[in-house]
Amino acid sequence: MAVLVLAEHDNDSLNPATLTAVAAASQLSDTVEILVAGSNCSGAAEAAAAVAGVAKVLVADASHYGNALAENVAPLVVKLSDAYSHVLAASTTDGKNVMPRVAALMDVAQISDIVAVESESVFKRPIYAGNIIATVESLDPKKVVTVRTTAFDPVAAEGGSATVENIEGDADSGLSQYVGQDLTKSDRPELAAADIIVSGGRGVGSAENFAIIEELADKLGAAVGASRAAVDAGYVPNDYQVGQTGKVVAPGLYIAIGISGAIQHLAGMKDSKVIVAINKDEEAPIFGVADYGLVGDLFKEVPNMIAALDK
Amino acid sequence: MSERESMDFDVVVVGGGPSGLATAIRLRQLAMEQGADLTVCVLEKGSEVGAHILSGAVIEPRALNELLPDWKDRGAPLHTPVSKDRFVFLTEKRAIPFITPPQMHNEGNYIISLGNFCRWLGEQAEALEVEVYAGFAAAEILYDDAGAVMGVATGDMGRLKDGSEGPNFEVGMELHAKQTVFAEGCRGSLTKQLFERFDLRDGVEPQVYGIGIKELWEVEPAKHQPGLVTHTVGWPMDMKTYGGSFQYHFEENLVSVGYVIGLDYANPYLSPFDEMQRFKTHPSVRDTFAGGKRIAYGARAISAGGFQSIPKLTFAGGLIVGDAAGFLNVPKIKGTHTGMKSGMTAAEAIFEELQSDNAGAIEARGYPEKLERSWVWDELYRERNIKPAFHWGLLPAMAYSGIDSLLLRGKAPWTLHHRPDHTTVKPAADCQPIDYPKPDGELTFDKLSSVFLSNTNHEEEQPCHLTLKDDTIPVALNLEKYAGLEQRYCPAGVYEFIETDGKMQLQINAQNCVHCKTCDIKDPSQNITWVTPEGSGGPNYPNM
Amino acid sequence: MKILVAVKRAIDYNVKARPKSDGSGVDLANVKMSMNPFDEIAVEEAIRMQEAGVAEEIVAVSVGPKQCQETLRTAMAMGADRGILVETDEEVQPLAVAKILKALVEKESPRVVLLGKQAIDDDSNQTGQMLAALLGWGQGTFACDVEVDGEQLKVNREVDGGTQSIAVQLPAVVTVDLRLNEPRYVKLPNIMKAKKKPLDTYSPSDLAVDTAPRLKLIKVEEPPVRAGGVKVADVDELVDKLRNEAKVI
Repeated sequence: MAVLVLAEHDNDSLNPATLTAVAAASQLSDTVEILVAGSNCSGAAEAAAAVAGVAKVLVADASHYGNALAENVAPLVVKLSDAYSHVLAASTTDGKNVMPRVAALMDVAQISDIVAVESESVFKRPIYAGNIIATVESLDPKKVVTVRTTAFDPVAAEGGSATVENIEGDADSGLSQYVGQDLTKSDRPELAAADIIVSGGRGVGSAENFAIIEELADKLGAAVGASRAAVDAGYVPNDYQVGQTGKVVAPGLYIAIGISGAIQHLAGMKDSKVIVAINKDEEAPIFGVADYGLVGDLFKEVPNMIAALDK
Repeated sequence: MSERESMDFDVVVVGGGPSGLATAIRLRQLAMEQGADLTVCVLEKGSEVGAHILSGAVIEPRALNELLPDWKDRGAPLHTPVSKDRFVFLTEKRAIPFITPPQMHNEGNYIISLGNFCRWLGEQAEALEVEVYAGFAAAEILYDDAGAVMGVATGDMGRLKDGSEGPNFEVGMELHAKQTVFAEGCRGSLTKQLFERFDLRDGVEPQVYGIGIKELWEVEPAKHQPGLVTHTVGWPMDMKTYGGSFQYHFEENLVSVGYVIGLDYANPYLSPFDEMQRFKTHPSVRDTFAGGKRIAYGARAISAGGFQSIPKLTFAGGLIVGDAAGFLNVPKIKGTHTGMKSGMTAAEAIFEELQSDNAGAIEARGYPEKLERSWVWDELYRERNIKPAFHWGLLPAMAYSGIDSLLLRGKAPWTLHHRPDHTTVKPAADCQPIDYPKPDGELTFDKLSSVFLSNTNHEEEQPCHLTLKDDTIPVALNLEKYAGLEQRYCPAGVYEFIETDGKMQLQINAQNCVHCKTCDIKDPSQNITWVTPEGSGGPNYPNM
Repeated sequence: MKILVAVKRAIDYNVKARPKSDGSGVDLANVKMSMNPFDEIAVEEAIRMQEAGVAEEIVAVSVGPKQCQETLRTAMAMGADRGILVETDEEVQPLAVAKILKALVEKESPRVVLLGKQAIDDDSNQTGQMLAALLGWGQGTFACDVEVDGEQLKVNREVDGGTQSIAVQLPAVVTVDLRLNEPRYVKLPNIMKAKKKPLDTYSPSDLAVDTAPRLKLIKVEEPPVRAGGVKVADVDELVDKLRNEAKVI
């Protein structure tokens, strides 16, 4: 049976998170279809049709689908679900908002935030903030699944040639309305939601020196984090703290600068997709988890990196 | 400043450990037996009863048998009787079995998690209508106009680092009582104030201490010998330093392993934490843990002064029980039974006083009198000379112990003296640095990954609970003369010397503190005062 | 207006969970349990709505073993007026919890149901959305600001990359995120008072809810230990690898 992926998009373009959901879906079935529910969403629909390995794109274009309100999108997905063995979405805030509503209406459990597909009914998912991986089997006839985006390599955004089919949805539920949004584009992103995080530790040496961490972060459009040692030493406020007693983050790229890598810090960032460490102590434990390690003086290497990014 | 509310009880007990809970239980038992109205409240600074409890532990059930004779039917978590005692002298490479000293025979005793035992004891107390409030630290002693203790106040919650009131500030609460029982455990922060205020230590030997560091391991089933108790002396201590290990096999594949070192050690380079790690690498020890998994870690100071260090126990309005008073039997390395018995005895004396309608603050003088007639006194008196003999070094002390225990049976016509632990450390210049092996991450670990397993946390924004009388001393004295010994004696990585702008300074990572109290004891100039942080801060020991 | 707040008894956030050695589940023997921190924020929000005069009564609900009484007492010590425990020793998964809550909503007729966005044990992030679906109500998930405005709730939601504002018709389900508020400290006398507040107990069968699990736990394990990667010689190599190998910048 085919698998349906609920697209995440802004009507004009497809959110790359969808590509990871497609990747998970293609491990479940040879036939992957995408639902684009939106308003004036032909841009997103075209992008979906171009995704490698997608057979068909269903498009429900109506004004009340424009902002991914769960009350409107969920019944639409449920209506389509008969034709599919699985319904997947990326585990983004939209996916997390809509999919449990879909599952409840279908009277099935949701399998949240999967990191691996073991079989068509068996999945791995992190529990206890990622400290434990559970393998679970769904006993329901149909599966509703959200996909942890950092756990799957996205499929190619180009190269596909899916057919596009317009479908009719239901009327506006009237249960909720979109009012507006405040996406912090100009400022630095929130730690918890950032794709890239640049974090400084005690090696940074002072509050003033933290400016170079911020400069690199701004260059990368990244959030700024810190280890507890840096917070305790008074370099940055407490809400910068990543770690056991701070925020637990899992960005696509985590750059740890002057951070030794105590387990308390690793507990907060070890699920990051790619970890970079810059530290002058080559014995520092952070290198034990870093995908790319650079041994060197951060006061030299960070400005070099800022310059290299301009190249 | 916000006005504090108050609540009235007949008895407030500070500390939900074995002695405090035994006091509360015995009080309510007496009240129910005699149909008396008696309100008892227990305050516990840990997030729950048992959260801050750390012990070996082999328990002698003598006091429990007296307090709750039907403990088995009530489901007390005493599951593993001791089946075998081993006492071993270690050299660097070898393990030489010794005759187990008489105090260390454990027939009839049980290997337990004292934390779980306290959780159970807390339930027994609540079933007897004791009000048990965990997550509230007694931070201040309240005195009436005549100077008698009239209760305690819990600490404020939600103060910021600079002491100002944060957005969620809640002022502390006064708990007034006719009698306040201090059961804070070793080196209680309020008990320390009482010693001074009421001169309770006049005429007794100074208290001396040890630090115990413990890990809980889940070992491979083939290596698990339920009921096996092993104690070692010797390596890795030198012959002059008092220390030894314990390994207790209990329940399902669990082994408690720990190392206790006398805080009268002389070399400021000594690190109790690293000694514990090194101990596990001994050829006779490491195999037990190979292939196993360390699941918990913690540390706690214990009182080691014994009989001659027991202070005056009562004062107007209150009294001291348990290890706060120093009832630990050092050669037995057990204090739960004596601590509980002290609490039960205190409860009986308090109950008598409360029945006799005296106006004004009461002092339960019957408590020391009853205690002197109990088995606690007899037991501690007999053992009084063993620990101090270790001033002479391990081998003379063991020889002396043999004579004292076996020949004189504790009736020697002399009593040996103690020196306070903060006076015993020598300048670094006179000592050899110790080269500890690097942790391997499987058998041996660094401090921070150890603290991680203690589940320790403190609200981040609160004032530092490790207070310095003089903040120049850490660098000017401790770092200069004693090579920054606090970095090493602290088993939780609280104290760190770091260089900022070319100058060394002490960084206090108060969040890591596991409430062991070693810094309050060992700092050479007694410059560090441990005060209670916000209630529920500190470790959350599971199964310790 | 009446508010129902759902609270879950979960491992304390300071405690590290670990798998049992046979992988059959998570070892929770003698570990400290507390109210799920997100649910604490939900209780706090309900109390603030009551203090602001928006809500009259707060009913705290929990599903699980007898010890959930303690969790409900904590909610009542914070300020909830009464508690309902749906007692069962069986595992109850999010869909079944949602069905139980739905049955209680039908009994109690609240205008708002507040829940934490997820529990820190199973990290499902489902129950609130499922409850809203089963009731046919609107939902305001991951709320960082909630305001009652006539027959609507104005909810600011934490979404990837910022915040979103929506208006939800009442009655509604709200799941709360971390930044909504900072829960108050429980005061000692309130713990005593909470012991005297009413607490009703039902079983799932009293509410005609089938709690049979739909997900079977096959095993639990620790996540694979992250292995160190390569050392790069200089910044240029690092940037090149990030661009062309890892493709993260």
